[in-house]
Amino acid sequence: MAVSTAAAARHGDAVRAGPPPRRRFRVSQRRRDEGLAGYVFLSPWLIGLMAITAFPMLFSLYLSFTNYDVLSGFSAMEWVGLDNYRRMFTGDPAYWHAVRVTLTYALVAVPLKLAAALGVALLLNRERRGVGLFRSLFYLPSLLGGSVALALVWRAMFGGDGAFNDLLALFGITGASWVNDPKWALETLMVLAVWQFGAPMVIFLAGLKQVPTELYEAASVDGAGKLRQFWNVTLPMLSPVIFFNLVLETINGFQGFTSAFVISNGTGGPVYSTLLYTLHIYDQGFGEFRMGYAAALSWVFLIAIAVITVVFFSTGRFWVHYSDGDD
Amino acid sequence: MAVPATTSTRRHNLTATARSVVRTALLIVVLAFVLYPLLWMVGSSLKSPTEVVSNLSIIPQEVTWANYPDGWNYIQGLSFGRFFVNSTLIALATVVANAASCLVAAYAFARLQFRLRKFWFAIMIGTLLLPSHVLIVPQYVMFNYFRWVDTPLPLIVPKLLATEAFFVFLMVQFMRGIPRELDDAAKIDGCSPYGVFRHIILPLSRPALVTTAIFSFIWTWNDFFTQLVYLPSPTSYTVPIGLRLFIDSSGQTSLGPMFAMSVLSLLPVFFFFLAFQRMLVQGINTSGLKG
Repeated sequence: MAVSTAAAARHGDAVRAGPPPRRRFRVSQRRRDEGLAGYVFLSPWLIGLMAITAFPMLFSLYLSFTNYDVLSGFSAMEWVGLDNYRRMFTGDPAYWHAVRVTLTYALVAVPLKLAAALGVALLLNRERRGVGLFRSLFYLPSLLGGSVALALVWRAMFGGDGAFNDLLALFGITGASWVNDPKWALETLMVLAVWQFGAPMVIFLAGLKQVPTELYEAASVDGAGKLRQFWNVTLPMLSPVIFFNLVLETINGFQGFTSAFVISNGTGGPVYSTLLYTLHIYDQGFGEFRMGYAAALSWVFLIAIAVITVVFFSTGRFWVHYSDGDD
Repeated sequence: MAVPATTSTRRHNLTATARSVVRTALLIVVLAFVLYPLLWMVGSSLKSPTEVVSNLSIIPQEVTWANYPDGWNYIQGLSFGRFFVNSTLIALATVVANAASCLVAAYAFARLQFRLRKFWFAIMIGTLLLPSHVLIVPQYVMFNYFRWVDTPLPLIVPKLLATEAFFVFLMVQFMRGIPRELDDAAKIDGCSPYGVFRHIILPLSRPALVTTAIFSFIWTWNDFFTQLVYLPSPTSYTVPIGLRLFIDSSGQTSLGPMFAMSVLSLLPVFFFFLAFQRMLVQGINTSGLKG
């Protein structure tokens, strides 16, 4: 500082002309520093994106045109063209079972789960006392339900001599051996999925709190009953949250694995009835070591999920209502 | 208040009370449905072998603790202690890796101006919806080539590289709420972007870091798929993979121990739930994090 003042005193005019360009220089220098710092901070993520996500994706696209299996290694790998894809659509009887089971699972379990979540959220929203406790307890299954432990419990509960059949026996009904019956095995998985309605419920509850009470008052003044208020106020105001939950839960639904794996002991049985798509990928890749074929399965899965996401987002604007004030 | 209630408001109050009673009753029914499997699991872990098969009741007629030591040593020559140690180490490493790498990436996205920022941000959001099952095959081939299979590396290294986009997103959302004036003040005091990170963002992001840590722990603790793929030998098994060994034996002697180990395996998650329930609920509200 002392030096620069002394310098300023010595060359008066030159210094007076000096500051503007120097400040401009400093600003652009600062911006450049920030740009560099941005990439320094971003670098772990960027490396991860390239090495853990992008490269494996492209690599798996390549693998999907080969007959690679881990045991024989790269030396035995051969280019097989579209064979894996042809085999998938025409030569693999399990494949279409996996597609059907996955779609059924997602199309039935997700709407039921969201309906349960919304229903309970509506009940809780009116309540004044005990909301926190109820909310926490309902949320508990969402934390625990994805575990192997709960899948084992489900297996025991819905087995031939499980607790569920004991319950039915109280009403004089002889239950099936649910998890071992191809007609019912998938349903037990769906019950397990619906049981975890707590996470979307918490999100619905937060959404319901955002609906302005004036709207209900106005609707009530106009003579709208409870049902009409729900249909014309609650649902439209809640539609962004419904959309959010729908997208999230559908994608989660397609990724179910643990419960199906544990309940069917890794087979996807009985008779393909619980063969979720993810289970088929695992079975082909890590059970049969057909890595090339599993890579092809993965790519078709990825495209299917991308298409579904696009469909959601492009149809969303017809039914998702965004109010002007908040996003 | 002091005005005497007319008959119509009294009737109104009466129906309101009736409604409230019905609602509470419904909620209690749903709660019973939600809690029954959990309570049944705990109860069954204390039942004797004769009682454990086909028993609807939650409370055991006679409390048997033997299932716990039996389950702990269920696998010959290998105790559940080993699995718990493995799970804990992997979960703790994941917590640290996720918190550090996602915080750093989130700071770049939330606060710094650099070229292609919007582009990278869009890519990051895109990876949110990318199912891990799609990448498992090529990642396995890659990690197998590195000879990382049967070590914890395939489970931890990706977390060091901020591949859990959910947490990056959560922290970006959180950092947007930190007043920018604080950054500006620090910059005027001569702080570089690194200084702002060190002195402003890092200390103020503690709540987001705690949320990330809790969810990282729970997700890793419950994770089955990647651990199943990458940890094939029994000595490196984690708790979920160890529990899986109970599937094969469905005889009544192993049911009790199976329930006992299931209860133990859920205890850490349950503890986190008790300690941080408010934070967990807020966490899913801000970012839609799933449990």
